[in-house]
Amino acid sequence: MLKKTPLHALHQQAGAKLVDFGGWEMPIHYGSQVEEHHQVRKGVGMFDVSHMTVVDVEGADAQAFLRHLLANDVARLQTAGKALYTCMLNENGGVVDDLIVYYLSPERYRLVVNAATREKDLAWMDRQASAFSVQLEEQPQLAMIAVQGPEAVSHLATVLPDLAGQLAEQPRFSAFVHLEWFLARTGYTGEDGYEIILPAEDAPGLWEQLEQAGVRPCGLGARDTLRLEAGMNLYGQDMDESTTPLESALAWTVAWEPADRQFIGRKALEKQKAEGIPRKLVGLVLLDRGVLRHGQVVQCAAGQGEITSGSFSPTMGRSIAMARVPADCDAQPLVDVRGRKLRTLVVRMPFVRDGQVSEAVTEKLNEITGE
Amino acid sequence: MQDIPADLKYTTSHEWVLVESDDLVRVGISEHAQSQLGDMVFVELPEVGAQVSAGDAVAVVESVKAASDVYSPVPGEIVEVNEALEASPELVNSDPYVDGWLFAVKPDSLDALDALLDAEGYRSLLEEEA
Repeated sequence: MLKKTPLHALHQQAGAKLVDFGGWEMPIHYGSQVEEHHQVRKGVGMFDVSHMTVVDVEGADAQAFLRHLLANDVARLQTAGKALYTCMLNENGGVVDDLIVYYLSPERYRLVVNAATREKDLAWMDRQASAFSVQLEEQPQLAMIAVQGPEAVSHLATVLPDLAGQLAEQPRFSAFVHLEWFLARTGYTGEDGYEIILPAEDAPGLWEQLEQAGVRPCGLGARDTLRLEAGMNLYGQDMDESTTPLESALAWTVAWEPADRQFIGRKALEKQKAEGIPRKLVGLVLLDRGVLRHGQVVQCAAGQGEITSGSFSPTMGRSIAMARVPADCDAQPLVDVRGRKLRTLVVRMPFVRDGQVSEAVTEKLNEITGE
Repeated sequence: MQDIPADLKYTTSHEWVLVESDDLVRVGISEHAQSQLGDMVFVELPEVGAQVSAGDAVAVVESVKAASDVYSPVPGEIVEVNEALEASPELVNSDPYVDGWLFAVKPDSLDALDALLDAEGYRSLLEEEA
Protein backbone atom coordinates (compact mmCIF):
# COMPACT_ATOMS: atom_id res chain seq x y z
CA MET A 1 0.00 0.00 0.00
CA LEU A 2 1.56 3.26 -1.12
CA LYS A 3 1.60 6.20 1.26
CA LYS A 4 -0.39 9.27 0.29
CA THR A 5 0.23 12.92 1.06
CA PRO A 6 -2.55 15.28 2.25
CA LEU A 7 -2.68 16.61 -1.33
CA HIS A 8 -3.23 13.22 -2.98
CA ALA A 9 -6.93 13.77 -3.72
CA LEU A 10 -6.17 17.14 -5.36
CA HIS A 11 -3.53 15.52 -7.58
CA GLN A 12 -6.05 12.91 -8.71
CA GLN A 13 -8.66 15.57 -9.47
CA ALA A 14 -6.06 17.48 -11.49
CA GLY A 15 -5.42 14.40 -13.64
CA ALA A 16 -1.86 13.87 -12.41
CA LYS A 17 0.02 10.80 -13.53
CA LEU A 18 0.84 9.15 -10.21
CA VAL A 19 3.80 6.83 -9.66
CA ASP A 20 5.46 4.94 -6.83
CA PHE A 21 8.14 7.28 -5.55
CA GLY A 22 10.04 5.64 -2.69
CA GLY A 23 6.86 4.10 -1.29
CA TRP A 24 4.73 7.20 -1.86
CA GLU A 25 2.16 7.65 -4.59
CA MET A 26 3.30 10.97 -6.05
CA PRO A 27 2.57 13.00 -9.22
CA ILE A 28 5.26 12.60 -11.88
CA HIS A 29 3.53 15.17 -14.10
CA TYR A 30 0.11 16.75 -14.70
CA GLY A 31 0.26 16.42 -18.50
CA SER A 32 3.67 17.58 -19.71
CA GLN A 33 6.88 17.40 -17.72
CA VAL A 34 8.67 19.72 -20.15
CA GLU A 35 5.98 22.43 -19.94
CA GLU A 36 6.08 22.22 -16.15
CA HIS A 37 9.85 22.57 -16.26
CA HIS A 38 9.64 25.75 -18.39
CA GLN A 39 6.87 27.08 -16.17
CA VAL A 40 9.21 27.03 -13.16
CA ARG A 41 12.14 28.57 -15.09
CA LYS A 42 10.02 31.37 -16.56
CA GLY A 43 7.18 31.92 -14.07
CA VAL A 44 6.15 29.89 -11.07
CA GLY A 45 5.18 26.32 -10.27
CA MET A 46 4.44 24.34 -7.13
CA PHE A 47 5.40 20.86 -6.02
CA ASP A 48 3.98 18.58 -3.37
CA VAL A 49 7.07 17.42 -1.47
CA SER A 50 5.20 16.21 1.61
CA HIS A 51 6.92 12.84 1.26
CA MET A 52 10.12 14.39 2.61
CA THR A 53 10.96 13.64 6.22
CA VAL A 54 11.08 16.43 8.80
CA VAL A 55 12.97 15.71 12.03
CA ASP A 56 13.23 18.22 14.88
CA VAL A 57 16.30 17.99 17.11
CA GLU A 58 15.94 19.48 20.56
CA GLY A 59 17.89 19.46 23.80
CA ALA A 60 20.85 20.90 25.64
CA ASP A 61 23.27 19.00 23.39
CA ALA A 62 21.47 19.69 20.09
CA GLN A 63 24.36 21.70 18.66
CA ALA A 64 27.07 19.33 19.94
CA PHE A 65 25.16 16.35 18.54
CA LEU A 66 24.78 17.87 15.06
CA ARG A 67 28.43 18.98 15.02
CA HIS A 68 29.28 15.29 15.53
CA LEU A 69 26.65 13.91 13.14
CA LEU A 70 27.07 16.22 10.13
CA ALA A 71 30.04 16.95 7.86
CA ASN A 72 29.13 20.62 7.58
CA ASP A 73 29.32 22.65 10.80
CA VAL A 74 26.06 23.90 12.34
CA ALA A 75 28.11 26.25 14.54
CA ARG A 76 28.31 28.38 11.38
CA LEU A 77 24.62 29.08 11.79
CA GLN A 78 24.20 32.15 14.00
CA THR A 79 20.92 33.67 12.76
CA ALA A 80 17.61 32.06 13.64
CA GLY A 81 16.15 30.39 10.54
CA LYS A 82 19.45 30.13 8.70
CA ALA A 83 19.83 26.93 6.64
CA LEU A 84 22.84 24.75 5.90
CA TYR A 85 23.17 22.01 3.28
CA THR A 86 25.22 19.07 4.50
CA CYS A 87 26.00 15.40 4.18
CA MET A 88 25.57 12.90 6.96
CA LEU A 89 28.46 10.43 6.67
CA ASN A 90 29.29 6.98 7.97
CA GLU A 91 32.68 6.15 9.50
CA ASN A 92 34.07 5.36 6.04
CA GLY A 93 33.17 8.82 4.78
CA GLY A 94 30.33 7.39 2.67
CA VAL A 95 27.19 9.50 2.37
CA VAL A 96 24.31 8.15 4.50
CA ASP A 97 22.11 11.00 3.25
CA ASP A 98 22.20 14.67 2.32
CA LEU A 99 19.93 17.07 4.14
CA ILE A 100 19.13 20.65 5.03
CA VAL A 101 19.43 21.72 8.64
CA TYR A 102 17.72 24.89 9.88
CA TYR A 103 18.98 26.66 13.00
CA LEU A 104 16.22 27.77 15.35
CA SER A 105 18.25 28.14 18.59
CA PRO A 106 21.37 26.43 19.98
CA GLU A 107 19.01 23.86 21.49
CA ARG A 108 16.63 23.51 18.53
CA TYR A 109 17.23 22.58 14.91
CA ARG A 110 15.02 21.26 12.14
CA LEU A 111 16.32 18.70 9.62
CA VAL A 112 14.72 17.83 6.28
CA VAL A 113 15.96 14.47 4.97
CA ASN A 114 15.09 12.31 1.97
CA ALA A 115 11.94 10.19 1.99
CA ALA A 116 13.59 7.17 0.39
CA THR A 117 16.18 6.96 3.20
CA ARG A 118 13.82 7.75 6.09
CA GLU A 119 14.11 4.51 8.09
CA LYS A 120 17.87 4.27 7.64
CA ASP A 121 18.41 7.92 8.57
CA LEU A 122 16.24 7.78 11.69
CA ALA A 123 17.97 4.60 12.89
CA TRP A 124 21.41 6.09 12.24
CA MET A 125 20.58 9.36 13.99
CA ASP A 126 19.03 7.57 16.97
CA ARG A 127 22.14 5.44 17.35
CA GLN A 128 24.45 8.44 17.25
CA ALA A 129 22.22 10.42 19.63
CA SER A 130 22.51 8.01 22.53
CA ALA A 131 25.64 9.72 23.87
CA PHE A 132 24.00 13.17 23.81
CA SER A 133 21.27 14.91 25.75
CA VAL A 134 19.00 15.37 22.77
CA GLN A 135 15.54 14.34 21.50
CA LEU A 136 14.80 13.51 17.88
CA GLU A 137 11.17 13.97 16.89
CA GLU A 138 9.97 13.06 13.43
CA GLN A 139 7.10 15.33 12.32
CA PRO A 140 4.89 13.11 10.13
CA GLN A 141 1.90 15.41 10.71
CA LEU A 142 3.55 18.08 8.54
CA ALA A 143 3.13 18.58 4.81
CA MET A 144 5.51 20.44 2.52
CA ILE A 145 4.80 22.55 -0.56
CA ALA A 146 7.60 24.00 -2.70
CA VAL A 147 6.69 27.15 -4.66
CA GLN A 148 9.47 27.83 -7.14
CA GLY A 149 10.31 30.20 -9.96
CA PRO A 150 11.10 33.88 -10.56
CA GLU A 151 7.46 34.76 -9.78
CA ALA A 152 7.20 32.50 -6.71
CA VAL A 153 7.55 35.24 -4.12
CA SER A 154 5.07 37.62 -5.77
CA HIS A 155 2.46 34.89 -6.18
CA LEU A 156 2.89 33.72 -2.60
CA ALA A 157 2.49 37.31 -1.46
CA THR A 158 -0.92 37.56 -3.17
CA VAL A 159 -2.07 34.46 -1.28
CA LEU A 160 -0.46 35.47 2.02
CA PRO A 161 -0.82 39.28 1.97
CA ASP A 162 -0.04 39.66 5.68
CA LEU A 163 3.36 38.10 5.05
CA ALA A 164 4.14 39.93 1.81
CA GLY A 165 6.88 42.11 3.30
CA GLN A 166 8.56 39.26 5.15
CA LEU A 167 8.36 36.96 2.10
CA ALA A 168 10.10 39.56 -0.07
CA GLU A 169 12.78 40.49 2.47
CA GLN A 170 13.71 37.04 3.82
CA PRO A 171 17.29 36.29 2.73
CA ARG A 172 17.77 33.25 0.49
CA PHE A 173 18.60 29.99 2.22
CA SER A 174 16.87 30.91 5.46
CA ALA A 175 13.45 30.44 7.00
CA PHE A 176 10.94 32.23 9.19
CA VAL A 177 8.18 30.87 11.34
CA HIS A 178 4.61 32.16 11.22
CA LEU A 179 2.27 30.49 13.73
CA GLU A 180 2.48 26.79 12.81
CA TRP A 181 3.98 27.42 9.38
CA PHE A 182 7.67 27.25 8.56
CA LEU A 183 8.53 29.22 5.43
CA ALA A 184 12.01 28.55 4.02
CA ARG A 185 13.47 30.44 1.05
CA THR A 186 15.05 27.26 -0.29
CA GLY A 187 14.41 24.82 -3.09
CA TYR A 188 15.65 22.13 -5.44
CA THR A 189 15.22 23.88 -8.78
CA GLY A 190 17.90 26.58 -9.02
CA GLU A 191 15.20 29.27 -8.88
CA ASP A 192 14.03 31.63 -6.18
CA GLY A 193 11.11 30.40 -4.11
CA TYR A 194 9.90 28.93 -0.87
CA GLU A 195 9.50 25.52 0.67
CA ILE A 196 6.63 25.76 3.13
CA ILE A 197 6.35 23.19 5.90
CA LEU A 198 2.87 23.30 7.42
CA PRO A 199 0.32 21.16 9.25
CA ALA A 200 -1.21 18.54 6.95
CA GLU A 201 -4.71 19.97 7.44
CA ASP A 202 -3.58 23.39 6.15
CA ALA A 203 -1.93 22.03 3.00
CA PRO A 204 -4.94 21.52 0.66
CA GLY A 205 -6.19 25.05 1.40
CA LEU A 206 -2.85 26.65 0.56
CA TRP A 207 -2.49 24.49 -2.56
CA GLU A 208 -5.93 25.51 -3.86
CA GLN A 209 -5.34 29.19 -3.09
CA LEU A 210 -2.03 29.10 -4.92
CA GLU A 211 -3.67 27.42 -7.88
CA GLN A 212 -6.35 30.11 -7.99
CA ALA A 213 -3.55 32.69 -7.91
CA GLY A 214 -2.14 31.14 -11.09
CA VAL A 215 0.52 28.84 -9.66
CA ARG A 216 0.63 25.70 -11.75
CA PRO A 217 1.10 22.27 -10.11
CA CYS A 218 4.28 20.55 -11.26
CA GLY A 219 5.31 16.94 -10.84
CA LEU A 220 8.44 15.30 -9.55
CA GLY A 221 9.55 14.68 -13.16
CA ALA A 222 10.08 18.40 -13.71
CA ARG A 223 11.66 18.68 -10.27
CA ASP A 224 14.28 16.15 -11.40
CA THR A 225 15.21 17.95 -14.63
CA LEU A 226 15.23 21.29 -12.79
CA ARG A 227 17.59 20.04 -10.09
CA LEU A 228 19.84 18.38 -12.67
CA GLU A 229 20.13 21.66 -14.62
CA ALA A 230 20.84 23.39 -11.30
CA GLY A 231 23.69 20.94 -10.65
CA MET A 232 22.10 19.61 -7.48
CA ASN A 233 22.87 16.02 -6.51
CA LEU A 234 20.19 13.40 -6.02
CA TYR A 235 20.84 10.98 -3.18
CA GLY A 236 20.98 7.32 -4.24
CA GLN A 237 21.94 8.31 -7.77
CA ASP A 238 24.77 10.86 -7.64
CA MET A 239 26.10 9.77 -4.26
CA ASP A 240 25.46 7.05 -1.71
CA GLU A 241 27.24 5.14 1.05
CA SER A 242 29.91 3.92 -1.38
CA THR A 243 31.01 7.44 -2.33
CA THR A 244 32.42 10.30 -0.27
CA PRO A 245 31.44 13.97 -0.64
CA LEU A 246 34.92 14.57 -2.09
CA GLU A 247 34.04 12.25 -5.00
CA SER A 248 30.59 13.78 -5.35
CA ALA A 249 31.28 17.47 -6.07
CA LEU A 250 30.31 18.15 -2.47
CA ALA A 251 33.71 19.02 -0.97
CA TRP A 252 32.32 22.53 -0.41
CA THR A 253 29.89 21.11 2.15
CA VAL A 254 32.62 19.61 4.34
CA ALA A 255 33.72 21.97 7.13
CA TRP A 256 37.35 21.09 7.92
CA GLU A 257 37.74 23.97 10.35
CA PRO A 258 37.91 23.91 13.31
CA ALA A 259 40.38 21.05 12.99
CA ASP A 260 39.41 19.54 16.33
CA ARG A 261 35.74 18.95 15.41
CA GLN A 262 35.52 15.17 15.15
CA PHE A 263 32.49 14.69 12.90
CA ILE A 264 31.64 11.16 11.79
CA GLY A 265 33.67 10.25 8.71
CA ARG A 266 36.30 12.94 9.21
CA LYS A 267 39.21 10.51 9.55
CA ALA A 268 38.24 8.65 6.39
CA LEU A 269 37.91 11.89 4.42
CA GLU A 270 41.30 13.12 5.66
CA LYS A 271 42.85 9.84 4.62
CA GLN A 272 41.26 10.02 1.17
CA LYS A 273 42.37 13.61 0.75
CA ALA A 274 45.95 12.72 1.73
CA GLU A 275 46.09 9.69 -0.58
CA GLY A 276 44.45 11.47 -3.50
CA ILE A 277 40.82 11.43 -4.54
CA PRO A 278 40.50 8.86 -7.34
CA ARG A 279 37.20 9.96 -8.86
CA LYS A 280 35.20 13.12 -9.27
CA LEU A 281 31.65 14.05 -10.17
CA VAL A 282 31.44 16.34 -13.20
CA GLY A 283 28.83 17.92 -15.41
CA LEU A 284 28.57 16.70 -19.02
CA VAL A 285 26.86 18.30 -21.99
CA LEU A 286 26.10 16.00 -24.93
CA LEU A 287 27.43 17.39 -28.20
CA ASP A 288 25.78 14.78 -30.44
CA ARG A 289 22.09 13.98 -30.70
CA GLY A 290 20.71 11.56 -28.12
CA VAL A 291 19.98 11.39 -24.42
CA LEU A 292 22.41 10.62 -21.59
CA ARG A 293 20.97 8.31 -18.94
CA HIS A 294 21.90 6.94 -15.53
CA GLY A 295 24.23 3.94 -15.83
CA GLN A 296 25.76 4.68 -19.26
CA VAL A 297 29.52 4.14 -19.48
CA VAL A 298 31.77 7.20 -19.90
CA GLN A 299 35.06 6.64 -21.71
CA CYS A 300 37.80 9.05 -20.67
CA ALA A 301 41.38 8.77 -21.88
CA ALA A 302 42.23 8.02 -18.23
CA GLY A 303 39.71 5.19 -17.84
CA GLN A 304 36.01 4.52 -17.47
CA GLY A 305 33.38 6.42 -15.60
CA GLU A 306 29.62 6.28 -15.29
CA ILE A 307 26.65 8.60 -15.77
CA THR A 308 24.96 9.02 -12.38
CA SER A 309 22.09 11.27 -13.54
CA GLY A 310 21.26 12.05 -17.14
CA SER A 311 18.33 13.55 -18.96
CA PHE A 312 17.26 16.05 -21.55
CA SER A 313 17.68 19.66 -20.47
CA PRO A 314 14.57 21.54 -21.58
CA THR A 315 16.31 24.89 -21.00
CA MET A 316 19.36 24.01 -23.13
CA GLY A 317 17.60 21.82 -25.66
CA ARG A 318 20.38 19.25 -25.26
CA SER A 319 21.05 16.30 -23.06
CA ILE A 320 23.07 16.91 -19.88
CA ALA A 321 24.35 14.64 -17.15
CA MET A 322 26.34 14.23 -13.99
CA ALA A 323 29.04 11.59 -14.26
CA ARG A 324 31.52 10.03 -11.89
CA VAL A 325 34.82 9.83 -13.78
CA PRO A 326 38.53 9.31 -13.05
CA ALA A 327 40.03 12.40 -11.38
CA ASP A 328 42.19 13.11 -14.44
CA CYS A 329 39.43 12.64 -17.02
CA ASP A 330 39.93 14.65 -20.21
CA ALA A 331 37.68 17.50 -21.32
CA GLN A 332 35.72 15.59 -23.98
CA PRO A 333 34.93 12.02 -22.93
CA LEU A 334 32.76 9.70 -25.05
CA VAL A 335 29.62 8.07 -23.74
CA ASP A 336 28.38 4.71 -24.95
CA VAL A 337 24.70 5.06 -25.85
CA ARG A 338 23.34 1.76 -27.18
CA GLY A 339 26.63 1.01 -28.88
CA ARG A 340 27.09 4.48 -30.36
CA LYS A 341 29.99 6.58 -29.03
CA LEU A 342 28.61 10.05 -28.44
CA ARG A 343 30.77 13.11 -27.78
CA THR A 344 30.36 15.07 -24.55
CA LEU A 345 31.94 18.12 -22.98
CA VAL A 346 32.91 18.43 -19.32
CA VAL A 347 31.50 21.65 -17.86
CA ARG A 348 31.36 23.36 -14.54
CA MET A 349 27.97 23.01 -12.85
CA PRO A 350 25.39 24.43 -12.50
CA PHE A 351 24.20 24.20 -16.09
CA VAL A 352 21.36 26.64 -15.43
CA ARG A 353 20.67 29.02 -12.58
CA ASP A 354 17.97 31.67 -12.13
CA GLY A 355 16.45 31.01 -15.53
CA GLN A 356 19.66 31.32 -17.57
CA VAL A 357 22.15 28.84 -19.00
CA SER A 358 25.40 29.54 -17.15
CA GLU A 359 27.84 31.75 -19.05
CA ALA A 360 30.68 29.32 -18.47
CA VAL A 361 28.67 26.51 -20.07
CA THR A 362 27.60 28.69 -23.00
CA GLU A 363 31.16 29.87 -23.68
CA LYS A 364 32.58 26.39 -23.53
CA LEU A 365 29.89 25.05 -25.86
CA ASN A 366 30.46 27.90 -28.32
CA GLU A 367 34.19 27.16 -28.42
CA ILE A 368 33.49 23.58 -29.43
CA THR A 369 30.55 24.03 -31.73
CA GLY A 370 32.05 27.15 -33.32
CA GLU A 371 28.91 29.24 -32.93
CA MET B 1 -10.79 6.78 -23.28
CA GLN B 2 -7.71 6.07 -25.35
CA ASP B 3 -7.74 6.96 -29.01
CA ILE B 4 -7.44 3.65 -30.91
CA PRO B 5 -8.24 4.12 -34.62
CA ALA B 6 -10.18 1.20 -36.07
CA ASP B 7 -8.31 1.16 -39.40
CA LEU B 8 -4.97 0.29 -37.78
CA LYS B 9 -3.46 -2.90 -36.44
CA TYR B 10 -1.52 -3.04 -33.18
CA THR B 11 1.31 -5.00 -31.59
CA THR B 12 1.55 -6.12 -27.98
CA SER B 13 4.56 -3.81 -27.71
CA HIS B 14 2.30 -0.81 -28.51
CA GLU B 15 3.23 -0.04 -32.11
CA TRP B 16 0.47 0.76 -34.58
CA VAL B 17 0.69 -0.65 -38.08
CA LEU B 18 -0.96 0.79 -41.18
CA VAL B 19 -1.00 -1.51 -44.20
CA GLU B 20 -1.12 1.04 -47.01
CA SER B 21 -0.58 -1.59 -49.69
CA ASP B 22 1.12 -4.95 -50.10
CA ASP B 23 4.30 -2.92 -50.68
CA LEU B 24 4.07 -0.41 -47.85
CA VAL B 25 3.53 -0.85 -44.12
CA ARG B 26 3.76 2.27 -41.98
CA VAL B 27 4.62 2.08 -38.25
CA GLY B 28 4.32 4.37 -35.24
CA ILE B 29 3.58 4.10 -31.54
CA SER B 30 0.11 4.20 -30.05
CA GLU B 31 -1.55 7.06 -28.19
CA HIS B 32 -1.23 4.91 -25.06
CA ALA B 33 2.50 4.35 -25.61
CA GLN B 34 3.30 8.04 -26.13
CA SER B 35 1.26 8.96 -23.07
CA GLN B 36 3.15 6.40 -20.96
CA LEU B 37 6.52 7.67 -22.17
CA GLY B 38 5.74 11.37 -21.84
CA ASP B 39 7.40 14.29 -23.63
CA MET B 40 9.53 13.03 -26.54
CA VAL B 41 12.92 14.65 -26.88
CA PHE B 42 14.74 12.43 -29.38
CA VAL B 43 13.89 9.83 -31.99
CA GLU B 44 16.51 7.52 -33.47
CA LEU B 45 15.36 6.26 -36.88
CA PRO B 46 16.72 3.44 -39.04
CA GLU B 47 18.62 4.00 -42.30
CA VAL B 48 16.52 3.96 -45.43
CA GLY B 49 17.50 0.79 -47.31
CA ALA B 50 18.19 -1.26 -44.18
CA GLN B 51 16.98 -4.86 -44.23
CA VAL B 52 15.01 -5.81 -41.10
CA SER B 53 13.39 -8.92 -39.69
CA ALA B 54 10.02 -9.02 -37.96
CA GLY B 55 10.60 -8.21 -34.28
CA ASP B 56 13.85 -6.28 -34.86
CA ALA B 57 14.31 -3.15 -32.76
CA VAL B 58 14.71 -0.63 -35.58
CA ALA B 59 13.96 2.71 -33.94
CA VAL B 60 14.23 4.26 -30.49
CA VAL B 61 11.92 6.88 -29.05
CA GLU B 62 13.30 8.78 -26.09
CA SER B 63 11.21 10.85 -23.76
CA VAL B 64 12.46 12.97 -20.89
CA LYS B 65 11.78 9.89 -18.78
CA ALA B 66 13.10 6.90 -20.74
CA ALA B 67 14.25 5.34 -23.99
CA SER B 68 12.03 2.74 -25.64
CA ASP B 69 12.69 0.46 -28.61
CA VAL B 70 10.27 0.33 -31.52
CA TYR B 71 10.03 -2.98 -33.38
CA SER B 72 9.33 -3.74 -37.01
CA PRO B 73 6.19 -5.84 -37.29
CA VAL B 74 7.22 -7.29 -40.67
CA PRO B 75 10.42 -8.42 -42.41
CA GLY B 76 11.55 -6.28 -45.33
CA GLU B 77 13.32 -3.11 -46.35
CA ILE B 78 13.03 0.30 -44.65
CA VAL B 79 11.82 2.57 -47.44
CA GLU B 80 10.83 5.76 -45.60
CA VAL B 81 11.58 7.40 -42.26
CA ASN B 82 9.85 10.41 -40.77
CA GLU B 83 12.59 13.01 -41.02
CA ALA B 84 10.37 15.68 -39.46
CA LEU B 85 10.92 13.97 -36.13
CA GLU B 86 14.58 14.98 -36.12
CA ALA B 87 13.59 18.59 -35.47
CA SER B 88 10.20 17.92 -33.88
CA PRO B 89 10.16 14.70 -31.85
CA GLU B 90 7.12 16.06 -29.99
CA LEU B 91 4.98 15.16 -33.04
CA VAL B 92 4.97 11.64 -31.61
CA ASN B 93 3.11 13.06 -28.59
CA SER B 94 0.82 15.52 -30.32
CA ASP B 95 -0.18 13.37 -33.30
CA PRO B 96 0.97 9.77 -32.78
CA TYR B 97 -1.17 8.27 -35.58
CA VAL B 98 -0.53 10.70 -38.43
CA ASP B 99 2.33 13.22 -38.32
CA GLY B 100 4.12 11.22 -35.61
CA TRP B 101 4.68 8.09 -37.75
CA LEU B 102 8.19 6.62 -37.46
CA PHE B 103 9.15 4.47 -40.44
CA ALA B 104 7.71 2.53 -43.39
CA VAL B 105 8.71 -0.95 -44.52
CA LYS B 106 8.41 -2.62 -47.91
CA PRO B 107 7.53 -6.07 -46.60
CA ASP B 108 9.03 -9.34 -47.89
CA SER B 109 5.94 -11.04 -46.55
CA LEU B 110 2.71 -9.99 -44.88
CA ASP B 111 2.33 -13.25 -42.93
CA ALA B 112 3.42 -11.65 -39.63
CA LEU B 113 0.49 -9.24 -39.84
CA ASP B 114 -1.95 -12.05 -39.07
CA ALA B 115 -0.68 -12.16 -35.50
CA LEU B 116 -1.36 -8.46 -34.88
CA LEU B 117 -4.27 -7.15 -32.84
CA ASP B 118 -7.18 -5.22 -34.26
CA ALA B 119 -8.46 -2.11 -32.45
CA GLU B 120 -10.79 -4.18 -30.30
CA GLY B 121 -8.02 -6.61 -29.35
CA TYR B 122 -5.67 -3.75 -28.52
CA ARG B 123 -8.28 -2.10 -26.33
CA SER B 124 -8.63 -5.36 -24.40
CA LEU B 125 -4.85 -5.53 -24.01
CA LEU B 126 -4.77 -2.04 -22.51
CA GLU B 127 -7.59 -2.93 -20.15
CA GLU B 128 -5.68 -6.04 -19.01
CA GLU B 129 -2.50 -4.03 -18.47
CA ALA B 130 -4.26 -1.25 -16.56
